[in-house]
Amino acid sequence: MRRNGPLALIFHTLFVIIMLAPILVVCLVAFTPEGYLSLPTNGFSLRWFRAIANYPEFIHAFWVSLGLGALSSLVALLFAVPAALAIARYRFRGRDALAALFLSPLMIPHVVLGIAFLRFFTSAGLGGSFAALIIAHVIIVFPFALRLTLAAATGMDRTVEMAAVSLGAGGWTLFRRVTLPLILPGVISGWALAFIQSFDDLTMTVFLAAPGTETLPVRMFLYIQDNIDPLVTSVSACVIAITMSALILLDRFYGLDRVLAGKGDTGR
Amino acid sequence: MSGVAEERGARAPWALTAPALMLFVGVLLIPLAMTVMLSFHDWGQYKGIEPVFILKNWYEIAADPYYAEMFWRTFRIAILTTLLTALLGAPEAYILNRMSGRWKSFFLLVILGPLLISVVARTLGWALLFGGNNGLVNKLLMSLGVMRSPIPFMFTETGMVVALAHVMMPFMVLSVWAALQRLDPQIENAAMSLGAGPVTIIRRIIMPQIMPGVLSGAIIVFSLSASAFATPAIIGGRRLKVAATLAYDEFLNTLNWPLGAAVATLLLFALVLIVVGSNALIERRYAEVFR
Repeated sequence: MRRNGPLALIFHTLFVIIMLAPILVVCLVAFTPEGYLSLPTNGFSLRWFRAIANYPEFIHAFWVSLGLGALSSLVALLFAVPAALAIARYRFRGRDALAALFLSPLMIPHVVLGIAFLRFFTSAGLGGSFAALIIAHVIIVFPFALRLTLAAATGMDRTVEMAAVSLGAGGWTLFRRVTLPLILPGVISGWALAFIQSFDDLTMTVFLAAPGTETLPVRMFLYIQDNIDPLVTSVSACVIAITMSALILLDRFYGLDRVLAGKGDTGR
Repeated sequence: MSGVAEERGARAPWALTAPALMLFVGVLLIPLAMTVMLSFHDWGQYKGIEPVFILKNWYEIAADPYYAEMFWRTFRIAILTTLLTALLGAPEAYILNRMSGRWKSFFLLVILGPLLISVVARTLGWALLFGGNNGLVNKLLMSLGVMRSPIPFMFTETGMVVALAHVMMPFMVLSVWAALQRLDPQIENAAMSLGAGPVTIIRRIIMPQIMPGVLSGAIIVFSLSASAFATPAIIGGRRLKVAATLAYDEFLNTLNWPLGAAVATLLLFALVLIVVGSNALIERRYAEVFR
């Protein structure tokens, strides 16, 4: 194959710079020693990271996001793992329709989901509650949990299971001692990707969150609506750092390219 | 199917999927149906929501040119964003694909990684670079004397398109990159050995083969841009509304839920129609590529 010419490399360099510039700027401004938005030209300072401590709303929102992401991804997996096993192993009537239904939260705009859940949970008397947030997040992260579990279950070596059955294992033991350990990398990656999706969601959550159940993106969004100052950049830098750690975890267990390739199909 | 699973009989798949199915019917399909119903309800400043069946909200959306303009703006921004991502993302994917192994995976990660970073943080970056007199790029250019006033970016459609294109770019690169993986590099060499120049190769060999990738990427980018909330809300503020931010305002500020539900329902059905329709068109047009 031909190599890239100088023009192509210039285009590529500019492209990468433009892709990274907004993210780098946020992280750099977070270290400014000044009281206003500026690049840290006179040395780095952690004052805006320390300033986060004076805003209990951000700390509280962080814990809400963390708990919400962890719990909703876990609950989603409880529903997704059996469903993935069924879809991977059986050919039954309605299988394609079921798979389409389970992946449909990817197709429905999150603003529509937010409105639908707001209406639904308000009528059910759960408006603004943490329980409502959990249920709503289970639905939006479900496709990610399902997809990665499905990939692991489809690629699994079934002969090990047969050997276990021939040795007398059945039902729960078979699942717990043989099937689950085999699909575990997919399940953990599904959890991590689901967690990131939940942790990052703004559009749907902004409809459901009430004071006290505001997540970090919602708190950041409402804060930006009023003013943009270095505080919100230091919070963003923390969020970026957390996402990066989750990405590294994903890469270890599963390979980031496979995860991202799965995400690229989402709109189809 | 053979093996262990078969012994458990034909009811097993339904038993395994039943919990998820009940969850989806109970907390996805029912709320969506309720939202469609809500768009037919009446609403008044003092009486609140009245559960009747009227076409008031739909009539208001059809009759008031404000809504036509807002939907047109939404789709215009989505179309321009899609074009921008295709024009820059497709060549970038091609360049990436020609890089050697380690650089390829490194830059793929650099470009796709932002997909998982908070949209609020990414849009905030654009606001820092171009936001009014305090924007870093504006400050730099003004202090160098290149310009007197800041580049108009915040509260403009241009700003929204640029920031949205940045947010959506990974989807386009990924989609074209996937199409490039199916392309046989030998065809390019064959064309070259037959005397084709670089322009001819790109136009006659590469373009036709990656077009399905560009188009399926375009569908993803278009539908996500048309329903985007965070970026239009931060860049456009209250001054420049799109469908998602208007629905948000109707629900959480004006409290006219039925009207907001009508806007959301219209957005949902318009998008489903456009996505399903263009998918069908692409699959018919490029049937041989997907085979």
